[in-house]
Amino acid sequence: MKRIFGRPRSMTNKPFHYCPGCGHGIVHRLIGEVIDELGIQDKTIGVPPVGCAVVMYHYFNVDMTEAAHGRTPAVATGIKRVHPDKVVFTYQGDGDLAAIGTGEIIHAANRGERLTTIFVNNTVYGMTGGQMAPTTLISQKTTTTPLGRDARLIGYPIKISEMLAVTDGTIYIERVAVNKPANIIKAKKAIKKAFQVQLEDRGFSMVEVLSQCPVNLAMTPQKAAEWIDNTLTKTYPLGVIKDKSGD
Amino acid sequence: MSEKVLMCGNGAIGEGAIQAGCRHYFGYPITPQNELTAYMAERLGELGGVFIQSESELAAINMVFGASAAGARAMTSSSSPGISLKQEGISYIAGAELPCVIVNVMRAGPGLGDITPSQADYFQAVKGGGHGDYRLITIGPASVQELYDWTARAFYLADKYRNPVMILGDGFLGQMMEPLEIRKIKEPKLPEKTWALTGAKDRKANIIRTLMLKVGELEEHNKKIQNKYKRMEKELIEYEAVLTDDAEIILVAYGTCARVCKESVFLLRKEGIKAGLIRPITLWPYPSAIIRKISNNVRYVLTVEMSAGQMVEDVKLAVLGRCPVHFYGRMGGGVPTSEEIVKKVKKLEAHRPEDDQPLAGRHKGTKRKE
Repeated sequence: MKRIFGRPRSMTNKPFHYCPGCGHGIVHRLIGEVIDELGIQDKTIGVPPVGCAVVMYHYFNVDMTEAAHGRTPAVATGIKRVHPDKVVFTYQGDGDLAAIGTGEIIHAANRGERLTTIFVNNTVYGMTGGQMAPTTLISQKTTTTPLGRDARLIGYPIKISEMLAVTDGTIYIERVAVNKPANIIKAKKAIKKAFQVQLEDRGFSMVEVLSQCPVNLAMTPQKAAEWIDNTLTKTYPLGVIKDKSGD
Repeated sequence: MSEKVLMCGNGAIGEGAIQAGCRHYFGYPITPQNELTAYMAERLGELGGVFIQSESELAAINMVFGASAAGARAMTSSSSPGISLKQEGISYIAGAELPCVIVNVMRAGPGLGDITPSQADYFQAVKGGGHGDYRLITIGPASVQELYDWTARAFYLADKYRNPVMILGDGFLGQMMEPLEIRKIKEPKLPEKTWALTGAKDRKANIIRTLMLKVGELEEHNKKIQNKYKRMEKELIEYEAVLTDDAEIILVAYGTCARVCKESVFLLRKEGIKAGLIRPITLWPYPSAIIRKISNNVRYVLTVEMSAGQMVEDVKLAVLGRCPVHFYGRMGGGVPTSEEIVKKVKKLEAHRPEDDQPLAGRHKGTKRKE
């Protein structure tokens, strides 16, 4: 019988530990498919974050190292500068990238490090149990904003992709979502392009993925997916934020 | 043929690293180690290596993490406040058993302190600094030549034990110029770094991590690295002993202070006081055994530091009450002079033994010098 569908070759058979309805599994799979399609499994090195995806290395047949919380792009920089011929990517959540690791991501991007960052934005700290993230929306309730995020007290949802787009080291930044099949197809295209930018030695590339965390959003998986369309994309509109890959 | 040049300590550290094959340096400016950063920028530029002036100390130590994980000989350097910032990364590097060299050209603290020399980061270097049960091989060189030699050797030790090594200098050593013999560094061949991240080509994927969630796994990992530390304690200890054979009193000091103490020993000998010096070169593992042995034969030990008294705790642990352990130190950029140390010894010589607190298990009583 002809096999027409299966797990990407660059991934292991280990079942994901993620909660029901979580978007991480989808994003992982997209990365796996892209690695397969580009034929780079044996030259890819990944740096997962501290957060829900910390054990991402169990799911890939790809060399990976842990990094301290937020220091992911610095660790990836060290690896890439030793192996400029390898493909190095970071996988970071909104806490890792947009809070504790803002310094590292801004400067890695600005140096034009030949890295690809997959930035998963689900507006909450998942692993620690649903605290406010820098990307939490105004009025959104979390365990540390029980009355809803109040901009006067704690500021606004940070638009890190737009911030990174103004640095000259970034070549390609796109915001996508994994809440429905049409968006997932676009997300994969974006991830593939981000890896291609690195393969072409152009500079820093990043894909921000709006993802659902039903458990910490206190929604059913379906409601969480709808919430991305109806609410989250109002603050974080989908689409290409910067693309200099054709220049 | 080796070349002899006049060089500052910071430059010597840099050249030692280059000679050891270090081609990846990551650092952030801070006085009094800036000559080292500049030296690496220039030399690695010439050699086609990688030099990154990072956005922070956090980034620098984590770039070292990455470069080391990728199999390269990597180094970062800083001075006290910057080394505090690196502690998170150092803990991860030690936990992940990654080899690297970290240089601390100590300045006076606490806080921003001053740019003057100090030895007040001893606790931080040898007792932990970051979180968790880990150890750094810590070296306290005392001359420009030793900074060169030991930095070069540090890369070998780091690779051999898969452990971070800290070169613990101070602003004095970093800044002062001395003749330096740039000699070839020959070390035994080490096994290939099969654990490094190079792309999973024709092999299983390599994973570097410190997170161990499986029940018992982290305890086993801790036992493994503790066993490694025990091995280091057996294999690595180095010290210099000066006129210790007939010594009645012993000074213990490292780095800059040891050089001052050496002069004090000669001055004291001229005055008929039989002094000697133990200079620990490895600060961790610590040369406890030799200090313990000598403490059986001397009236007391005097520890001299540019701190409020940090290494003196390790001296006391080595002596274990066999004789009194005294301390003389300067802080906040003060450097003990040989005359000050002589004065301190003379004061101790005039000290009446009956003023001493009784010590259990003492091998010898304190004899008062007539």
